[in-house]
Formats: sequence, C-alpha cells, structure tokens
Amino acid sequence: MLRDPSALLIAVGLPLLFLFMFGYGVSFDLRRTAICVVTEQPVPVVASLAAGLADSPYFDVRRVPDRRLCEPDLVAGRIAGMVVVSADFAARLARGEAAPIQAIVDGSDPNTAALVQNYLDAAIANWQAQETLAAGGLRQANSPQSRVWFNQEIDSRHFLLPGLVAIVMALIGTMLTALVVAREWERGTMEAMLSTPAAIGELILGKLIPYFALGMAGMAVSVACAVFLFGVPFRGSVLILIGTSSVFLIAMLGLGLMISTLARSQFVASQAAIVGTFLPALLLSGLLFEIESMPWPIQWLTRILPARYFVQILQTLFLTGNTARIILPGTLAMAAIGAAYFAVVVRNTRTRLD
Amino acid sequence: MLQRILHLIVKELLAVWRDRRSRVVLIAPPLLQLFIFANAVTQEVRNVHIAVLNRDWSQDSRELISRFRMTPTFTEIVALRDESEIAPAIDAQRAVMVMEIGPDFSRRLAAGQAPDLGFILDGRRSNTAQIVEGYATSIVQQFAAERGVRAPPGASRAQLVTRAWFNPNLEARWNTVPSLIAILTALIGLLVTGLSIAREREFGTFEQLLVSPLRPIEILIGKTVPALIIGLIEGTVIVLAGAFIFGVPFRGSVALLYVGMIVYLLAIIGVGLFISSLAMTQQQAVLGAFTFQAPAVTLSGFATPISNMPDWLQTVTMANPLRHFLVIVKGVLLKDMPPDEVARNLVPMVVIAAVTLTVATWFFRRRLQ
Repeated sequence: MLRDPSALLIAVGLPLLFLFMFGYGVSFDLRRTAICVVTEQPVPVVASLAAGLADSPYFDVRRVPDRRLCEPDLVAGRIAGMVVVSADFAARLARGEAAPIQAIVDGSDPNTAALVQNYLDAAIANWQAQETLAAGGLRQANSPQSRVWFNQEIDSRHFLLPGLVAIVMALIGTMLTALVVAREWERGTMEAMLSTPAAIGELILGKLIPYFALGMAGMAVSVACAVFLFGVPFRGSVLILIGTSSVFLIAMLGLGLMISTLARSQFVASQAAIVGTFLPALLLSGLLFEIESMPWPIQWLTRILPARYFVQILQTLFLTGNTARIILPGTLAMAAIGAAYFAVVVRNTRTRLD
Repeated sequence: MLQRILHLIVKELLAVWRDRRSRVVLIAPPLLQLFIFANAVTQEVRNVHIAVLNRDWSQDSRELISRFRMTPTFTEIVALRDESEIAPAIDAQRAVMVMEIGPDFSRRLAAGQAPDLGFILDGRRSNTAQIVEGYATSIVQQFAAERGVRAPPGASRAQLVTRAWFNPNLEARWNTVPSLIAILTALIGLLVTGLSIAREREFGTFEQLLVSPLRPIEILIGKTVPALIIGLIEGTVIVLAGAFIFGVPFRGSVALLYVGMIVYLLAIIGVGLFISSLAMTQQQAVLGAFTFQAPAVTLSGFATPISNMPDWLQTVTMANPLRHFLVIVKGVLLKDMPPDEVARNLVPMVVIAAVTLTVATWFFRRRLQ
C-alpha cells in the first residue's frame, strides 16, 4: 500500500493539510475586519463613538469625513462595511431625539454582512452604555443578556476542529479503501483471493484491519492536535470517543468497499469517493452549514450520511460531555447505515463471483 | 505551425468528448455540485428550533412569543415548563437557543424599563447561535419599542440602521452562484489538463506524440487551448444558470468578466499541466487536482472571510488565483465593478498565470528529455 504515492497522499498528506487549513484558515470569528467610519462632523460625541469602534478587536477602522471616499473600497471589497454618522447626529442627540447611525454592509458576502451587523450592534450598545454611565445615568442593559454555553469565548475553532476529525476519518476510511481495493479488482488479485477457501467475511475483515488502524491513528492525531495545539476542550469520555469512532470508521470502510466493489476501477472509485463521500462529509454534515436551514430533500439526504451523526457526536463529546440523547441515537444510526453498506458489498461480491 | 496546433486542439477536444469517463467526469460532478451547492450551502439561518421558558404568563409575553412564531427564522418553538428543562433541551440540541422570559417581564415593560429577558445559546453551533441571537434581539427590541419602552434617562438615543448594498436581502445564492463560477471552472480546467497527459500515458499515445514533428511548446499550447475552451463553456453555462435559474443579477460588464475568466483559467491550467506532468495515471491526476482544489477553495474567502485569518496566512492567499477571481466575479455580477478595480485584481492573476505556465513548461520539457 505504501508503495503508491496516492495512498500515502490520502493517508498522511491530506489529513495534515485539512488539519492545518481548519486550524488556521477557517474561522467564523471576525478579526480586525476593515470598515470605514464616516464622521461628517467632528464633534466630541462622534469622536468617542468612532474611538469606541476603533478600540474593538473585531474592527480595523479608517476614519474619513465623507462617505464618497469609502464607496470605491466597498465596491472593491477592501472594506466589509461603513458606519455613517451624519452631520446632525450630535445635534439630535443633544435634543434628546432619536439619532440614527447608518451602517452599510457589503451584501455580496451575506454571512460576513450579517456578522458585521451583529458586531456593530453590540459595539454601539456598548458605547451607549458607557456614555450613559459617563453622563451620570443609570447603567441599564437595553438589550437582553445572553450566555453561550459550552463555548463562552465563542471561538469557531471549538466546533470546527472536532468536526474535522470526522472528515479526516472519512478521507482515510473511504477514499483510501475505495482506491486500494479498486486497484485489486483492476488487477484481478481480488478475484484470485476470493477463489481461495477463506470466507468472504474473513477476507473482508483481513483487508479492513490495516485501514481501521490507519483511520483510528488519524483520529488520534486530529484529536491531539485539536486539544493540545489549538486548545479545544475535551469534556467527554475517551472511551466513548473510541467506541463511537470505531462505529463511524467501520461504516466508512463499508462505504469504501461498496464504492470499490461497484466501481471496479481506480479512476471511477476516486471520483465517486470525492463526490460521494468527501464533499457530503464537508458540506452536508452540519459542520459548515446549518442542516435545519437546507431545503427538505437535502435535509432528508443528510439522514443517510454517517458523517452527520458523527459530527454532532464529536462536537458534543468535545464541548458538552457525554450526552446520551445525542450519542446513543447517533451511534445506532451509524451502525445501521454501516450494516447496509456491508450488506451491499457481500451481495455484490457473491453475484460477481457466481 | 498554426495548422499543426489547430489539429492537435481538435484532436484533444475529440479525445475528451469520445472518452466516456472524461465525459462523465466533466459533466456530472459539476452539475451535481452546482445544484447541491446552490441549494444547501447557505449560511443564512432559517427554520431553526428554539425553546422558550416563559415564567411570566402574561398577555405581553405570549404576544412576544407569537412574534417569534411569525418569522421564517424559527420553525419550531418548544415550550419549556421549568428551569430544569433548559439544560436537556440545549444538550440534546432540541434548540439552538433558549429564551428565558423572567417573571418581571410585563411589569418592567409596563414601567418602561428594559425587558426582563435572557438568551442561552448552544456554543457547539456558535456561528448559528450568534446569528439567531441577533435576530431575536432585534425582535425583542422592536417589541419593547412599540410598547413605549424608553431609554433610561440620560441615555443617548443613538440607533443603528443597517442596509446591505449589492444584495439588500442578503440572499445566500447571490454569493454562492458567482463563487461557483470560479470554483467549478477551476475544477474543469484542472481536470481537463490534468487528465489529458495522464490519459495519453495510460493509452501509450504519449510516445507517439513525442515522435511527431510537434515541438514541446506546441504540444503544451495544444493542451492549454482545449482546456480554456471547455472551461469557458462550462463557466458560461453556470453564468446563464445563475441568471435564468437562480435569479442572480448581472450588473457589470460581460467583457470584463470574460477577460478575468481567461486569465484565471490560464493560471489554473498552468497548475493542471504541472499536476499532469507529475501524474502517471488518470487516478493520480484526479487526486492531484483535488489536493490543489480543496485548499484553494477553503482559503479563497468563499466559505469564511480572508480577513479572519492570521496575517501570515492572508499573505499566503495572495498566491491563490481563486481569491482574486472571486473578487472579480462577485464584483462584476453584483457590484458593477469599474475596470480599474478589475485590473487591480487581474494583475496578481497574470503574475500567477505566468509563473504556473512557465513552471509547467519547464517540468514538461524536463520530462521529455
């Protein structure tokens, strides 16, 4: 197996690449996002508002006196939005009237636009509370208080990296198995082995044990990186992690075998493994995109993806703990799906040989 | 010479078309991805489940809850009976957020004070939870404002009014479909070039090509142009699907888009030729393409903004052609981007294309000797 560079790439190269990308490159948390603050009239209250925004770690503020100076930057995508404080803002505020501050966000990236809007809301509420306090007013929360459980620092890595474990295992379990076993079919060595007296069951078991070991090693490395390198907490039980990972990995190996048995060629198997297993594990597992927001046919489709259950289990094990109501149904579902894959493999192998 | 290259181009296009496997690879996965991506890849939050613990049994609190029921953001609102049910509802992910309406809710509302209300969010889905919190806060604030809750005395009355330019309703598809123009044309460009030399190797026709009177540079041009043509066709199909099926606006200049697309495809084809000169089989070429494509998409600003990355990684992304073309394609479609801004993003792609094509040529020549 190690003689083929593509096997080595899948078993070692790709998992490391994904670990690196998710550890450093993928983040939903705003960090020094460039915005413009347009202050049409430089009065103290406006200056304090702009300073409040500039102090925030989420924004990188450029101050300009006229919004026309920033509009080209918004079109070019160099800034994510602008905050316009109109000339009569201070006067309205002094008269006790409602004083609107206009925020213009770049809708061409709707997710960032929504985030920027939320962060701006919070930053301005914060500034107002301070102003009120400074003016001798009562400090009072105007907006409802929120608490975020399991992830107080609201670090998106805390939910992305646990999910990544599922992706690494899917890569090793499915792509590697699909490719290597497809090669045996191509070369005819699979048929040769199947004609020996060893039962199909034994053979499958023998074939899968090395990939099982590789997959579990991939899991261990990803979990260790998440916990020790990126500081994601692990609040569940290691035994449950090993148990549920085994069930998921066996299901993935079954899928890999199924693809190779149906495809019988490395080229088709590599395509099917990418389109049929890797992309769904990344896109439809609820890791990056909310399943509840997808249209119902796709939501239904996610129910037959083991990755969907495993991502949820992993996030729970890392951040919440041993919640039986997530772990048990998920494990059962993965076991059932895995059994179905193996049933297809056994059936197809038999008919193929007869 | 032109004649010879032309023949090679025609031969290459026919080879791609006649090979059943290449045909399937070039048509099925991109279309599948277009429809799944365009429908599933949405970070807009809809139909989520939340739970409410109402400890105020008043007309006001019931009205507030019915406000929540009316928005499409929340489909299911689970009513909790007491505090002990909060943790199980969050733990088992029956709700991404619990709204706790305190016993003083209506009294404080009537007294013109800030509402007695709190949210508990599931940090396992903190991105979704934060967006849900934003929606919920604005519903509560609007409700309170209508009930005449005034700001406390001495408080400033500044309000933030937000508008989204270029995509006023923040439609996810207006982002995904233009991004797919970039992602899927890259996939095609990579596969066509990546597979072409590997296919010749597998079929043993590569040696024939080498003994033909074609010079290496002519062979390379003959491999580049067909990939460019196929990539442009596929890109056009997605642009049309975006405009006519998914309702994405096209506000800018068609010419600018195509200039960008050609330079972008050349940069990608350089990478594809490079993979091709390394790969011995078509399967290795597919894996090589995947190994380039996955990080190129992840680090392009498509899924999460580049500004969220650490600075050193932001610098690395400058070498990613996808990053620059994404700005152009979204800019031209949604923002009617002026030519000078397009040019500013075109320059790095020209540099990348020059580098990848040169490296590919060099590798290709070395392989021939």
